[in-house]
Amino acid sequence: MPAPGLSLEDVSFLLVWTAVAIYALAFIAYAIDLARRSDLAVKAKDAARDRELVAAGGAAVTAETARYTDVRAQEAAALADLEAPLGQRKRYLWARIGTSLTVLGFLFHVGGDVLRGIAAGRVPWANNYEFALTGTMLIVAVFLVVLFRYDLRFLGSFITGLVAVFLGGAALAFHVDVTPLADPLKSVWLVIHVFVASLSTAFFALAFALSVLQLLQHRREWAALAAVGTDEEGAPRRSGPSFLRTLPSAEALESLAYRFAIIGFIFWTFTLIAGSIWANDAWGRYWGFDTKEVWTFVIWVLYAGYIHARATRGWRGARSAWLSIVGFSAVIFNFVVVNMFFKGLHAYSGLS
Amino acid sequence: MDDAGAGDDERDARTGIAQPRLGLVGWLRWGWRQLTSMRTALVLLLLLAIAAIPGSIVPQRSADPNGVTQWRTDNPDLFPILDGLQLFDVYTSVWFSAIYLLLFLSLIGCVIPRTTHHWRAMRARPPRTPVRLSRLDDHIETVMPVPGGATAADAAREAVASAEAHLRKAGYRVERYDSEAKGRVPASFSVSAERGYLRETGNLVFHGALVGVLISVGIGGGLTYTGQTVIVEGDSFVNSVGIGYTSFNPGRFVDVDGLPPYALTLDRFDVSYVPAGQAGQGQAGDFAAHLTVAEPGRADRDGVVRVNHPLDIEGDRIYLMGNGYAPTITVRNADGDVVFREDVAFLPQSSTMTSLGVVKIPDGLPQQMGLVGFFYPTVTPTHSGALSSMYPDLVKPLLTLDVYVGDLGINDGTPRNVYALDTSEMTQLTGRQIDVDSLELEPGQTAELPDGLGTVTFENAQNDGAPGVVKRYVSLSVHRDVGAPFVLAFAILALAGLLAALFVPRRRMWVKATPDGADVRLEYAGLARGEDPAIATAVADLARAHGASLPAPPDDAKVD
Ligand code: HEM
Repeated sequence: MPAPGLSLEDVSFLLVWTAVAIYALAFIAYAIDLARRSDLAVKAKDAARDRELVAAGGAAVTAETARYTDVRAQEAAALADLEAPLGQRKRYLWARIGTSLTVLGFLFHVGGDVLRGIAAGRVPWANNYEFALTGTMLIVAVFLVVLFRYDLRFLGSFITGLVAVFLGGAALAFHVDVTPLADPLKSVWLVIHVFVASLSTAFFALAFALSVLQLLQHRREWAALAAVGTDEEGAPRRSGPSFLRTLPSAEALESLAYRFAIIGFIFWTFTLIAGSIWANDAWGRYWGFDTKEVWTFVIWVLYAGYIHARATRGWRGARSAWLSIVGFSAVIFNFVVVNMFFKGLHAYSGLS
Repeated sequence: MDDAGAGDDERDARTGIAQPRLGLVGWLRWGWRQLTSMRTALVLLLLLAIAAIPGSIVPQRSADPNGVTQWRTDNPDLFPILDGLQLFDVYTSVWFSAIYLLLFLSLIGCVIPRTTHHWRAMRARPPRTPVRLSRLDDHIETVMPVPGGATAADAAREAVASAEAHLRKAGYRVERYDSEAKGRVPASFSVSAERGYLRETGNLVFHGALVGVLISVGIGGGLTYTGQTVIVEGDSFVNSVGIGYTSFNPGRFVDVDGLPPYALTLDRFDVSYVPAGQAGQGQAGDFAAHLTVAEPGRADRDGVVRVNHPLDIEGDRIYLMGNGYAPTITVRNADGDVVFREDVAFLPQSSTMTSLGVVKIPDGLPQQMGLVGFFYPTVTPTHSGALSSMYPDLVKPLLTLDVYVGDLGINDGTPRNVYALDTSEMTQLTGRQIDVDSLELEPGQTAELPDGLGTVTFENAQNDGAPGVVKRYVSLSVHRDVGAPFVLAFAILALAGLLAALFVPRRRMWVKATPDGADVRLEYAGLARGEDPAIATAVADLARAHGASLPAPPDDAKVD
């Protein structure tokens, strides 16, 4: 019988909502950071133009070459920033606030997740609400771990925004009380298969964000190239948010996106295999084109396509980035739409 | 990009040019080249992804036959069109098959030449050191003073020898390319090293293993069978197509008469329900079918089938697919002779196990008789006065029966669904529809049939030795899948290949020493082959480690 007062489950739910609120604040801080980077970028550019004018006065350097070396230097600097070790990172105040808030939100998030698991007496990923709870937690965890290696704080607003929306949405729409597990879910494969699937989602999310930035950066680079030698040179048409100037080149973003995508792809391949083993135990066949199986397969093939595209002439660059974006859209679709509306054997959303 | 990939590009480029007058062989060759190009592979992959989607939207005959029937009822006009497009059998359709077969043809055509190419590359020596290493992206140059008492050439030779040892220890395959001074050309000493052949090996293993998966699925499918059966507590099943199965689907090459001989007896079926008042009330779980397995020449043994834990017998796997109640019903005619006595499996209609069952009595009564029964394990009246079950366990069991007499429609010998009664040629004697109370029976009770036809008894199964007052039954599925272990093995091989292909760096390294007056110029350079984010670090590490091991440490490195 439920005890009076707050149950573990209620506390978990409160922690989750607190985490959502903190992530929302982190999102704002990161967004301010990006806006301020734009300012910095503009200032840096003005300074560069002054230097350029001085230089042009004396030496026989054409403005065009100066611009070119300028852009290259900017890109190299951005790449160095990206790979700078922890101690030597740029001191973006608002990004720091954003990261601190993200860590704080993450602590609440972990608390909520763990309490949910304790309340249920099992791993906290056995229905849609719990998938979202643990999946978003892994996204933040992977993001924070990756921050040790790369300065990806410019993805902070994307990550915290995504997580706040999904976690908040799940708490609103998917939340269900703890119920005992249905028999087919009582399996070690629930622990492994679902966890690894969520983990790969986290890597796909990072790859997706980088691919989007890659496309924006790509557009900006083209516009900048097209503007060289025209009247617009000084002030090229607006081609995307100006914080892009502080980010690495489209090519560097692409190779980073690829690195995350292949890690995600490996985990996804494992998910596919582990799922088949489980299906063979639970349903008596390892593969049956059940709706969820179809979508797992579609996602796998899409990312295989993405990896191929990167090795195919004419598909590297923007086109392959689109495949990464389509792939991640399929991941989200698989989680939200397929779980909720498609009928199949994987009826574990806990929603009716 | 790998060698083979580059080869593809070249091929792509060549095929882009219109070639005059192709003979049949020429056209075939052209078609083959198109098919095995990277671009075709990519397009086919994307097509495969798209083509798989409709099968998740429209119900499939293989996974959800009832859904297909329902769809047909709901959309009678659209159905023939979609059916013509094979949209209810997407994964065996002509168009889906065409895509994946072409893809695998492309795959094979791609992998074979790459395998021979790789085979040769693995046995070739690392390539000659480029003349101007400084042209490479990752390049470091240092200057080492020649130690006293040595010539510059000796110092250079020695430095390269130590670099060679270094690289070999780091897993590189190495080759020395030294040239003595000749006329005006100065002497130069260098080692060329290459590592990461495993990357391409992994790639080939991965793609090859995919072919293995497909073949295992294809061949395995022909040798695979699945069969369904229902066993009531106390009853047995014999593994033989004619006797034991309610349905049986063999693959093309299955010897239907050669099934392994064994028999299963259901001793007991266990299930637990979440008690009323708790979250998930009435949810069933911990299903366990306790069986006795009898095999010729062996002592009987116990076996348990649970969800997620099938029972393995002689290469067959037995799965628990469903369960329900099987009330024992006895019908006697007006003279008191037993005309029917059976455990009748009732189909559950809800999670609270309100169940539906049918009894057909063709002989022994003046007219053929059919009974349509509802069984409620925990009966409770609803607002409308109809009955329902509020809990799935046997708390207050009740059986209701509607009686029909007339023609059962089974005389012509065509098989009928045992769970449905065709009442078109029958007269209803009890039931709400005709305002006559249905017969209501608790276990152990007997009721009179209308019109003095006789009696019907709902037996208390415990008198029969069953664990509960009503027997339970399980539906089991028997599977043999010969291909599955191979599919799994190839899938794991593919995963292993993938790990190597994506994470083993393939790179070439060179260390070159050139005597230069009183100094030796040392150059370190690396070239990534395929994705290799760490190449710059690798070159820098090599330069540092090698520099530190030299007798006369060089000056600060110049990186460019
Ligand atoms: C069933 C279809 C296929 C799938 C699922 C698939 C999947 C993959 C994956 C996951 C990779 C990256 C891992 C690795 O390098 O091994 C890859 C790489 C590659 N695949 Fe495939 N592939 C398929 C068919 C093909 C075909 C038909 C070709 C040839 C036309 C091909 C040529 C290549 C090449 C050259 C690479 C290396 C790319 C690189 O260096 O980045 N693949 N493939």
